[in-house]
Amino acid sequence: MSEIVVENLSKTFLSKDGTVEALKNVSLQIESGDIYGIIGMSGAGKSTLVRCMNFLEVPSEGRVLINGKSLGDYSEKELRKQRESIGMIFQHFNLLMQKSVLENVCFPLYIQGKKKNAAHARALELLEIVGLSEKQNAYPAQLSGGQKQRVAIARALACDPKILLCDEATSALDPQTTVSILELLKDINRRFRITIVVITHQMSVVREICNRVAILKDGVVADEGLVSDIFTNPKSAVARELILGDSGNDLRIKSSNTPEEIQSGEKIRIVFSENSAFEPVIANLVLTFGEPVNILRADTKNVGGVAKGEMILEFLKGSTQTAEMKQYLLDHGLAVGEVTDYVE
Amino acid sequence: MWSEQVINMIVKGIGETLYMTLASTFLGYLFGLPMGILLTVTDKDGLKPNAPIYKILDVIANIVRSVPFLILLIMIIPFTRIVAGKSYGSTATIVPLTVAAIPFIARMVESSLKEVDPGVIEAARSMGAGTLRIVFKVMLVEARTSLIVNGTIALGTILGYTAMSGAVGGGGLGDIAVRYGYHRWQTDIMIVTVILLIILFQLFQTIGMAIANRLDKRK
Ligand SMILES: Nc1ncnc2c1ncn2[C@@H]1O[C@H](COP(=O)(O)OP(=O)(O)OP(=O)(O)O)[C@@H](O)[C@H]1O
Ligand SMILES: [Mg+2]
Repeated sequence: MSEIVVENLSKTFLSKDGTVEALKNVSLQIESGDIYGIIGMSGAGKSTLVRCMNFLEVPSEGRVLINGKSLGDYSEKELRKQRESIGMIFQHFNLLMQKSVLENVCFPLYIQGKKKNAAHARALELLEIVGLSEKQNAYPAQLSGGQKQRVAIARALACDPKILLCDEATSALDPQTTVSILELLKDINRRFRITIVVITHQMSVVREICNRVAILKDGVVADEGLVSDIFTNPKSAVARELILGDSGNDLRIKSSNTPEEIQSGEKIRIVFSENSAFEPVIANLVLTFGEPVNILRADTKNVGGVAKGEMILEFLKGSTQTAEMKQYLLDHGLAVGEVTDYVE
Repeated sequence: MWSEQVINMIVKGIGETLYMTLASTFLGYLFGLPMGILLTVTDKDGLKPNAPIYKILDVIANIVRSVPFLILLIMIIPFTRIVAGKSYGSTATIVPLTVAAIPFIARMVESSLKEVDPGVIEAARSMGAGTLRIVFKVMLVEARTSLIVNGTIALGTILGYTAMSGAVGGGGLGDIAVRYGYHRWQTDIMIVTVILLIILFQLFQTIGMAIANRLDKRK
């Protein structure tokens, strides 16, 4: 049985200037343990969809089933109980600004009826998990965006949820912090077997952590499937558009597919202008030295009106030939630089 | 003319003014705070929209607020007699002061609570918090700086009203100012009472702001 089933869901908003059909007949199935991405442009209905999953928004039509039980069948009180097992985090963190970090994490515990001491003990465990133990007495205003989101994650985990809903959880963060928060979410998914629903407008986020993805456009699911399938074979135009828009701004390079022996070797950056034939250079380099190199990244940048190619290479760990190989590249007209700031 | 008698009268005036101001503000909040909370909760974007309740409270607040205080004071004299047993003196004046303060305070509470970030309320809802918990543990807590600042404003306004009630024998510094400054042309006594009123106002202001700042954790 799927953990979350969204069945023929429609949501229509009545506003002063007419009706808005935010969701039109949306159906999805999210399995236990999934990190499920829901991606789409602004206004596609992503927030509305995720808010229907804990009935913060009541659908106009259709059903939402959590572990086979329809949320629509619950009374107000049962619904509140159910919400305790569904954590949620937000783009703007939504922390209590007048309460300390510790008290923020305690908030859901008090809802569950925990006493102060028990709540504090549990909150400290959670802050440990998100790496913020030393900030327990700070106030949200004293934290960075990434730290605030960590507090929000700790708060969302307080009641041992089975599901975590993330509405644009990294959209207010810089790329580096985004990576660390995504890393944390992935960790939580694995360690606590929590199903995660990730709402985003960035394909890079989906690629980074999701196993399945639904692409939402104007309230309709345009594409759905395994992330790897969508990337290799996007059926819809929106999917292609989103993937295309993504290629330029990598959050980072995954090295999980790299053979072990060339992980964590020395990295260099080579830059070529339009007339240096770089491909044969790399091929010849490998042939000449009889040693593999890993291409971590290759892209072109417009530098002062001239197209410049850039490539990041990683040498075999413990290679004794790196000096000669660098010289070889220099001899073939390429600029070679150190890489010190590469985020792994 | 600065006889012991006059000084005693002024000291008593300060006491009466403080008594009226603080008691009416307290009673004003006793009723105005729940009224403001109800206005917020039952409004159409509130936690429990309820058009009839909102409309009734809204109309009451508007009617009372649109009557100038001096007229209200005279208008409700029969009511004051029932509640306080008489219609003059500082204790009796607390009745019209409170009546005027309730809707005024309710409106300020309403506006403070509506400033609370809807995202925070949504987060609390997502954690399964009920309406009462959201009001008492989220809205009142998050809005406390604004509530205290508005409380300071309420004190100042009610202090001003107490002076007005002096015109109809309400007691306090206002009463002295009117009696000596207007009826007897003793401007010096009037000026002293006005200065005392200004000092009281400043005192409320300074203390209120200091408390609000001390409690604000947003910076
Ligand atoms: N409470 C509401 N009342 C009226 N219309 C609404 C309401 N909430 C959302 N909408 C409309 O529904 C549509 C979908 O909104 P939604 O917030 O779900 O989009 P989104 O995909 O989350 O966008 P974004 O990326 O900007 O957050 C929009 O056209 C929006 O204007
Ligand atoms: Mg949204």
